[in-house]
Amino acid sequence: MVPTDLRYTKDHEWVRLDGDEATVGITAYAADQLGDIVFVELPDVGRTLDQFATFGVVESVKAVSDLFAPLAGEVSAANEELAANPELVNSDPYGAGWMLRIRAADVSQLDELLDPEAYDALVEAG
Amino acid sequence: MTSQPQVAQSTPLAERHANLGARLIEFGGWLMPVQYGSIIEEHRAVREAVGLFDLSHMGELFVEGPDAGEALAAALVTDPPALAEGRAHYSMICAADGGVLDDLIVYRLGEARYLVVANASNALVVSDTLAERLVGRKAVLDDGTLATGLIAIQGPRSIDVLRPLTDIDLDALRYYAIVEGHVAGMPALVARTGYTGEDGFEVFVDWDKAPALWDALLPAVRDAGGLPVGLGARDTLRLEAGMPLYGNELDSTTNPFEAGLGRVVKLSKAGDFVGRVALEKAAQAPLARTLVGLVMEGRGIARHGYPVYAAERRTGVVTSGTQSPSLGSPIAMAYVAPGDAEPGTILEVEIRQQRVPARVVALPFYRRRNSRADG
Repeated sequence: MVPTDLRYTKDHEWVRLDGDEATVGITAYAADQLGDIVFVELPDVGRTLDQFATFGVVESVKAVSDLFAPLAGEVSAANEELAANPELVNSDPYGAGWMLRIRAADVSQLDELLDPEAYDALVEAG
Repeated sequence: MTSQPQVAQSTPLAERHANLGARLIEFGGWLMPVQYGSIIEEHRAVREAVGLFDLSHMGELFVEGPDAGEALAAALVTDPPALAEGRAHYSMICAADGGVLDDLIVYRLGEARYLVVANASNALVVSDTLAERLVGRKAVLDDGTLATGLIAIQGPRSIDVLRPLTDIDLDALRYYAIVEGHVAGMPALVARTGYTGEDGFEVFVDWDKAPALWDALLPAVRDAGGLPVGLGARDTLRLEAGMPLYGNELDSTTNPFEAGLGRVVKLSKAGDFVGRVALEKAAQAPLARTLVGLVMEGRGIARHGYPVYAAERRTGVVTSGTQSPSLGSPIAMAYVAPGDAEPGTILEVEIRQQRVPARVVALPFYRRRNSRADG
């Protein structure tokens, strides 16, 4: 069971909304599927993202995967810890492995995301 | 042309991999474990202790008969009859134009008996090509790929793992040597060869015996602090060791000299061999490109196919790249113009429309301590 206070994309990002500030990361399932994460490329603070736009890249030993913004908005912070310790995405995907903070342009876009039950079902379906 | 199998083959150890929770991928027509757990932990297990690998996908081609050695010398770039019985060497099979069809290990098992080990993805091509090149000679090719299980034990503790399980004097078995004996009571060929940059052994047994061999070795490997290791770590290990992977550093458009493998080609051997004329020319001609090692100086991992620049000039392309678990930085191999190949040269790799600086270094990236001198 995934954390119940989050919303999810079909591409395995999670988002936690606090007022209009959204924190974004990838799910434990995604981190596990990727395997050892060795590199995370994140956007500069101040960049504006559309909903579901590519905001960065996560690389495991074997593969490169794009990251997609769950909500539109302006990047207010990127997790600088991940430059030196990308493995935090594996060890604590919903906590210290967070990737971005976005000032959400339209919090109603949350309705277009998966709730925990729907995301669980997606993962179960493989 | 050889038709490729439609459905991925399973090795005799498929059930073992499933029980270990391995993630499987299709590789060279085979369903293979890419990792059992963490690729980085599997990589470190081989560098620091020992790793156990299922290599039953490799092609085992036995060539036997009074003309076997002479026929192989005419078919390959090396001179197998120059091998002493029980010794092995790295070799290649080339097309008439000098392009590499596969890289191989050739073992001399007896006076007139050889074992040629080919990459899984090329095993059918090598088998067919060798068969053609043996026509008219007193030598028989027996493709043992589907009758042979191959398990590798690699890492500094591999000898401690294998010693109690075999009647073979492993301490007397030299690097690139092979001997017949028993492992866990089963008839086996044991070779001191590998693809990891570590000391280690490769054990050939009958296909049906491979599960019992795996079951005997895995607990011993774990007791020595080791792990079963998938193709993911096999790739990072060989890349750190500067070893080429067919399909990345080598293909039918590559000649051995560009790949830094000119020393393997025995132009001095007597008699003709397929590719001789083209390879003699290539040996004399200036190289069009050469294989180098790169260590990334900026952020990002160079991957297969990424372009490489020297200032504004495109100088080449990345063939393999990864985050090196041993060095802690991203490494790559690339073909570049010979003028840009001097160690210390700063080039740039284009990673997602960004140029990232990379330093040319001498290969390999990693060399084990206490390297044996007799290799």
